[in-house]
Amino acid sequence: MITTTFTPIASLVGGALIGLSAVMLMALTGRIAGISGIAVRLFPPYQDSEFTGRLAFVAGLIAAPVVVLAATGRLPVQTIEASGGILVLAGFLVGFGSVWGNGCTSGHGVCGLSRLSARSIVATLTFMTTGIATVFVARHLG
Amino acid sequence: MSVIGVVFQFAIGLIFGLGLLISGMSDPAKVLNFLDLAGIGSGSWDPSLGFVMAGAVAVTSAGFAWVLRRPRPLLGERFHLPAGRELDLRIIAGPAIFGVGWGLAGFCPGPALTALGFGSPAAVIFVAAMLAGMLFARWLAGRPALSRIATPAD
Repeated sequence: MITTTFTPIASLVGGALIGLSAVMLMALTGRIAGISGIAVRLFPPYQDSEFTGRLAFVAGLIAAPVVVLAATGRLPVQTIEASGGILVLAGFLVGFGSVWGNGCTSGHGVCGLSRLSARSIVATLTFMTTGIATVFVARHLG
Repeated sequence: MSVIGVVFQFAIGLIFGLGLLISGMSDPAKVLNFLDLAGIGSGSWDPSLGFVMAGAVAVTSAGFAWVLRRPRPLLGERFHLPAGRELDLRIIAGPAIFGVGWGLAGFCPGPALTALGFGSPAAVIFVAAMLAGMLFARWLAGRPALSRIATPAD
């Protein structure tokens, strides 16, 4: 296990930027900034004609570390402890679960909670609970 | 979608990604240390993610209240807000499965996509598996036996 530092100010500011992005996307396109929904709609069959916009949004997400590197000369800290089969299993479950439940941390956790959607409140409490339980099992019962 | 709309959406995605990076949400180690409540006792708990959510929800709830008073979005016909109200099995089962995957690796979809920009092979593996899971879920939801109970995707 890797020790991390509590970063209240940076986390609050970064969270506010995520919120700003969600508000801007709603103001511009009228769409929820749900990353899982945006990602799955990059693949056919298409139900609308907003493919290019979604691709541009995802390109912006991927470009963010490159912009940070160009501006500061180094990448932010990122430690991925999982490897191999666990990464594949975790990725599949995250992808399946987010589409099956119509949203993930951004669509339900940020946008849905902000709209006081009952479905999103249930979804957020559920994934927080199973996420906490999974870490507990993996770290303390494994 | 006009060229200016595409440029704006790139910028909005970039702001989202910068938010993930500045907040620390893009670091799976921080996410897992937040989810590890046993760390409260041992001193390794990292409450940062709670501050990410607080900052994001504060800005989004205030911003949505303001934006949704307008008749329509700047570049669209109408606002597309999820219409589903029912608390069915899928709104429990989907997030439950999602949470297990989140707790295994510390990645959810936004940070995983942003991690591609780090050039990390682990992120490529995770994102490939994630997309496979997403497309499998969409295919499964569209099958006749299940489409009856499926909520409209929006």
